[in-house]
Amino acid sequence: MSVTVKIPTPLRKLTNGETSVDVDGATVKAVVESLESSFPGMRDRLIDESGGLRHFVNIYLNGEDVRYLEGLNSPVGDRDELSIVPAVAGGLR
Amino acid sequence: MPNVQSLRCKECGRDYPLEPIYVCDFCFGPLEVAYDYDAVAKNMSRESIQDGPLTIWRYDQLLPASRENAVDIGAGMTPLLKADNLGRELGLNNLWIKNDSANPTHSFKDRVVSVATTKALEFEFDTIACASTGNLAGATAAHGAKAGMRTIVFLPADLERGKILGAAIFGSVVLVNGNYDDVNRLCSELGDDRRWAFVNINMRPYYSEGSKSLGFELAEQLGWRAPEHVIVPVASGSLFTKVYKGLQEFAQIGIIDSADTKMHIAQPAGCSPVATAFIDGQTHPKPVVPNTVAKSLAIGSPADGYYSVGIANKTGGSATIVPESEVAEGMKLLAQTEGIFTETAGGVVISALRRLARDGVIGRDEKTVALITGTGLKTLEAIADSVETKTIEPTVRSFDEIVMETVVN
Repeated sequence: MSVTVKIPTPLRKLTNGETSVDVDGATVKAVVESLESSFPGMRDRLIDESGGLRHFVNIYLNGEDVRYLEGLNSPVGDRDELSIVPAVAGGLR
Repeated sequence: MPNVQSLRCKECGRDYPLEPIYVCDFCFGPLEVAYDYDAVAKNMSRESIQDGPLTIWRYDQLLPASRENAVDIGAGMTPLLKADNLGRELGLNNLWIKNDSANPTHSFKDRVVSVATTKALEFEFDTIACASTGNLAGATAAHGAKAGMRTIVFLPADLERGKILGAAIFGSVVLVNGNYDDVNRLCSELGDDRRWAFVNINMRPYYSEGSKSLGFELAEQLGWRAPEHVIVPVASGSLFTKVYKGLQEFAQIGIIDSADTKMHIAQPAGCSPVATAFIDGQTHPKPVVPNTVAKSLAIGSPADGYYSVGIANKTGGSATIVPESEVAEGMKLLAQTEGIFTETAGGVVISALRRLARDGVIGRDEKTVALITGTGLKTLEAIADSVETKTIEPTVRSFDEIVMETVVN
């Protein structure tokens, strides 16, 4: 199950500058774990100590905020697209 | 200022130097000013506050800029009025109105901008700018003028005339074809490659601290006690979180004994992402496209919304969504009972208060403060259809016919 993940500028240091990467995973959480194994350090940037999505990180599944789907457990299908978008704290106030 | 330690990420706790930055590089959380509260407690007392100026700068020990060079045109120490007439109308015996329309540019924004402008000078910026729903523009333009800085304020083009002209008198106003969220996004992009102080972007950690002074004043003016309830109009949620923080800080350093204030969110139906999240039991407000008569509350993507929902929950507060039709009613009710002409946001607060009193959320004798954050004279359009005037010929007969016939009271 291959998913395309769009990487925002601040996280591209981890992906060697790649703006979009293809990884495997059947849920958002599994995709994050795949990202972590390909690009160590990614998990910490996205997931907080309690295992939830960091408050100022948004992940969109085909344009839908996963918080309004099933969160990290949202199922991901083949050829789906995930976008990681930092909520620009302060910029959007 | 001497008590400031660092900027600290509200989410992951990483520390950053005191610079014009606002987002955590690691987790994207907002940065907030961190103080050495032991030092504050040593330097600040009820007496030292009372010996200070009659502005927000009397609380300088808990502000992130220096009082000596403050850009001070008199923000703060606005009246806290016992509202017996309105209280009688609503069945509340202990109701107070904090009238922040009595600030220099007639809104609470003078508090935050006084701090932001002072800090911008400390950082040696020569240009100060902002994205605004109106009140911030006037405050920024006025403080920028006083500071001798180049000033550029960005406003949505469809704003009320009073707010546009009331800012333009001080300096440069740019009208943007878009809503506030569009304007803010534009300013974020502009800010990336210009060395300007954007009060609500790269100055935001400092700027927002100015709102704490509202919390400090409530406690001081109530005789060094925190109120039991505060009703706050919510746009970005920054004011809401900082009034709470101000009361908590006063309790922490022993200026007041405790701060068990219940914090209540008031939003209009046409833009209520924060209130909706609270009511639905969600932690994160879902962004909306605003369509409300209360343009100063028209922020569809409120970045302090998440924290505001948390504080309302933690304090046992509430959230009220006020129907658009009740905004002008609230403005009229406050005007006709207490002699205060507030802007639409105040109408939202008063109508929310009426509902909270009716529903028993606020007890009859509980000390309650409604925050009135701006003046109605900037938003005359909002009440044009709900107030009446009469025109007569300059004769007694015309007066008797037209006025005495119809006016009983």
